[in-house]
Amino acid sequence: MTLDSRIPGGPITEKWDRRKFENKLVNPANRRKYDIIVVGTGLAGSSAAASLGEMGYNVKLFGIHESPRRAHSIAAQGGINAAKNYRNDGDSIYRLFYDTVKGGDYRAREANVYRLAQLSVQIIDQCVAQGVPFAREYGGLLDNRSFGGAQVSRTFYARGQTGQQLLLGAYQSMMRQVHAGTVQLFPRREMLDLVVVDGQARGIICRNLVTGELESHSASTVLLCTGGYGTVFYLSTNAINSNVTAAWRAHKRGAYFANPCFTQIHPTCIPVSGDHQSKLTLMSESLRNDGRVWVPKNPGDKRHPSQIPDSERDYYLERRYPSFGNLVPRDVASRAAKSVCDEGRGVGDSGLSVYLDFADAIKRFGAPTIKGRYGNLFDMYMRITDEDPYQVPMRIYPAVHYTMGGLWVDYNLQSTIPGLFVLGEANFSDHGANRLGASALMQGLCDGYFVAPYTVANYLGGASLPAVSTSHDSFKEAVAAAQARIDKVLAVRGSKSIREYHRAVGALCWDHVGMARNEQGLKGAIQSIRSLRDEFWQNVSVPGEKNNLNPALDYAGRVADYLEFAEVLALDALERHESCGGHFREEYQTPDGEALRRDDEYSYVAAWEFTGVGQMPTLHKEALTFDEVHPSQRSYK
Amino acid sequence: MAMTITLNVWRQAGPSAPGRFESYTSDKVHPDMSFLEMLDVVNDDLIRAGKDPIAFDSDCREGICGSCGLVIDGIPHGPDPGATTCQVHMRRFRNGDTITIEPWRAKAFPVIKDLVVDRTAFDRIIAAGGYVSMNVGGAPDGNSVPVPKELADLAMDNAQCIGCGACVAACKNAAAHLFTSAKITHLGVLPQGEPERYRRAAAMVEQMDAEGFGSCSNEGECEAVCPKQISIASIARMNRDFMRAATSK
Ligand SMILES: Cc1cc2nc3c(=O)[nH]c(=O)nc-3n(C[C@H](O)[C@H](O)[C@H](O)COP(=O)(O)OP(=O)(O)OC[C@H]3O[C@@H](n4cnc5c(N)ncnc54)[C@H](O)[C@@H]3O)c2cc1C
Ligand code: FES
Repeated sequence: MTLDSRIPGGPITEKWDRRKFENKLVNPANRRKYDIIVVGTGLAGSSAAASLGEMGYNVKLFGIHESPRRAHSIAAQGGINAAKNYRNDGDSIYRLFYDTVKGGDYRAREANVYRLAQLSVQIIDQCVAQGVPFAREYGGLLDNRSFGGAQVSRTFYARGQTGQQLLLGAYQSMMRQVHAGTVQLFPRREMLDLVVVDGQARGIICRNLVTGELESHSASTVLLCTGGYGTVFYLSTNAINSNVTAAWRAHKRGAYFANPCFTQIHPTCIPVSGDHQSKLTLMSESLRNDGRVWVPKNPGDKRHPSQIPDSERDYYLERRYPSFGNLVPRDVASRAAKSVCDEGRGVGDSGLSVYLDFADAIKRFGAPTIKGRYGNLFDMYMRITDEDPYQVPMRIYPAVHYTMGGLWVDYNLQSTIPGLFVLGEANFSDHGANRLGASALMQGLCDGYFVAPYTVANYLGGASLPAVSTSHDSFKEAVAAAQARIDKVLAVRGSKSIREYHRAVGALCWDHVGMARNEQGLKGAIQSIRSLRDEFWQNVSVPGEKNNLNPALDYAGRVADYLEFAEVLALDALERHESCGGHFREEYQTPDGEALRRDDEYSYVAAWEFTGVGQMPTLHKEALTFDEVHPSQRSYK
Repeated sequence: MAMTITLNVWRQAGPSAPGRFESYTSDKVHPDMSFLEMLDVVNDDLIRAGKDPIAFDSDCREGICGSCGLVIDGIPHGPDPGATTCQVHMRRFRNGDTITIEPWRAKAFPVIKDLVVDRTAFDRIIAAGGYVSMNVGGAPDGNSVPVPKELADLAMDNAQCIGCGACVAACKNAAAHLFTSAKITHLGVLPQGEPERYRRAAAMVEQMDAEGFGSCSNEGECEAVCPKQISIASIARMNRDFMRAATSK
């Protein structure tokens, strides 16, 4: 099968208008005859369900949480970008487009990114009208800040809780549709399989997490909005129930997985404190505006930071990148922290952290000013670590944060399975090899409010969709397969806890498919992942029964999927012989140790087709062309 | 530096099954663990021993999703003011302590299993009117209606509610007034929410009563345990809006 991205013709500024005009429409009177399944209630899922409900479709919305409002999107802190140019500082749709293509290290599709920048302005209008309490200035207009190294102020925010407020806005609109009867909620349901009938996605199998029952639901089309796969690394900033299961099971039914090796590692997280650690906490990268990053010059220097004189400290970011200093992009800052720790110069009990020191800023501006800027972050840090950053330098370390890879979709957000659409972090579309701050929230809402409603209607209006009931053989087969897998994992009754396997696969990914990768490490990791998977099915201990609330059973199913998925993650990294954004291959660096991109050979999207567990998947390449933003090597020296 | 902690945990197999306290002791507790990580460690040992682990809800583990919620030694979310259960750390306790853990207890929040309760009543209160009735596509420019900063800040103070239900758990009447009034205030003070202000208050309060939440007797226990420190001033505001809606009917 050749990949057709279905990008409309014409100049980039007109492509989306053209597509909207070409699209088929569904008569309002006919819409309620279509059932649409939406899986996931984060920004992408809730906004899609709300819009489709408002249009009059029959929406069934599924999620693993007790309430849609608890989806992982709730945790986003920093903000959301939009090319409003309210600051009169030279921003424009074109500039946001340009920054995003460049920030993605030239591995995203230009047409998608342009549409994202275009629609960004409508997202803000939509959210304000819903009552999202964005920060305001004294004159009553919306406030903006600059974020993630952007030269313009285009980030809208609601204190440190932007994701929460955007999600509640989408949730409330969606609950209005529940009240109106167009959206039906299915909470505490985990999607375990996609049902494909005659080549079209026609339903899902999910487990009712309270009763344990396997339910079949049929529909005209299925929208997957199930988030990213960062939790394959075990420790990440993601919510602990985030998982790859829904996307992975769709992949096994024929949806290609694109660029899984593009994962983002965020430089400013609170370091690991011990084996018990269940997740990592992000601290806004705005801290790097005033904090100075350093480690001791000498390996093994265990003195208290106050005992280490300035001459024996290495402010390594300022030294290596004099023009950007502490503000280098996420990928560069993360790798630099890793390399000083690898040299034995890391600090803290584990040696796996670096200092982020505010002493100079406090001296210059006074503690009250610093408190005004970062008070809530300092409080959070203190609560978790029991250390006072006004007195001793903070300790930070990089952590897995976001996944740019995901299911392959065309310009219409449709996967390689007709009728299966993928929205939000679950797809691969807009961020290339590296995501810029404040752009994931923008993409999730753009997909859900403004893109899918048109492209899904086009599909429904054009496809032949014979009636399918849940008694169809494809549903029976999928239920039987899901049941067999549950029975199998419960039957192992081994001696190791599920968490031990999750931690082990996470450690393999972190060590070999993390901040820096090389051929030998990746090949070894693939072998180790395979043996770990075999061992899991021999020796995992899953307690309880299948017929009631059993969080351990849910967890075991997710870990089993990580153990399959991790192999493709490593394989994709192995195949990409270049360093690019979140993917740093040690064999491909410039003489001074920076990432070496190889545009001539690797300017493509790698889309993997499933051929069987442990079998070599088939690689399909979608070539990327850059007509507007010409690739150049990034330099921060 | 490991600590030994004894837990008295409420175990209940299902909504209609009888519940009881069971006791567990762990000597693997570390002061840097969060409260939920301590429960993870206890559960992993139960699993290895072939026993049924303690069921509890959590997701973000950083105080924003509202999933977690345990009554720790009689206090919803435990000893730290302005924090959720997942933000409490074991260094708050001493080696040798015994800790009692219970679920939220309220008629409108039935127990599903052990420490997991059903809080979907909150979703139904929102569905009754906790929104601005506008469709995608019709929004004017975001800056077309200026909003005074004080009002935007007041709206945000209330919009911060994470819907955890600690307010209900702390109230001797199991009232949901703080939750409901926070949403009514958030939307009611903004120009975007003003047109439906009274209708919204009436619909949400009626739903709250229909769900079986109790009445408010002004003790302020809800405000004391709210992890986002939402003020009971919102309740007074809700009552005024509700009265106005009732008298203009
Ligand atoms: C700490 C943190 C801070 C961030 N800050 C920012 C920021 O400031 N700006 C920014 O732009 N981005 C930020 N991001 C990234 C951004 O929050 C996410 O990329 C985005 O919210 C993802 O939204 P989503 O709707 O795609 O998925 P999610 O919000 O992850 O939702 C996934 C949904 O799928 C459901 N689900 C998952 N698996 C299944 C299954 N098997 N069956 C049924 N349902 C399932 C879940 O219940 C959930 O409802 C941040 C991320 C983190 C971790
Ligand atoms: S787990 Fe999200 S608030 Fe505690």
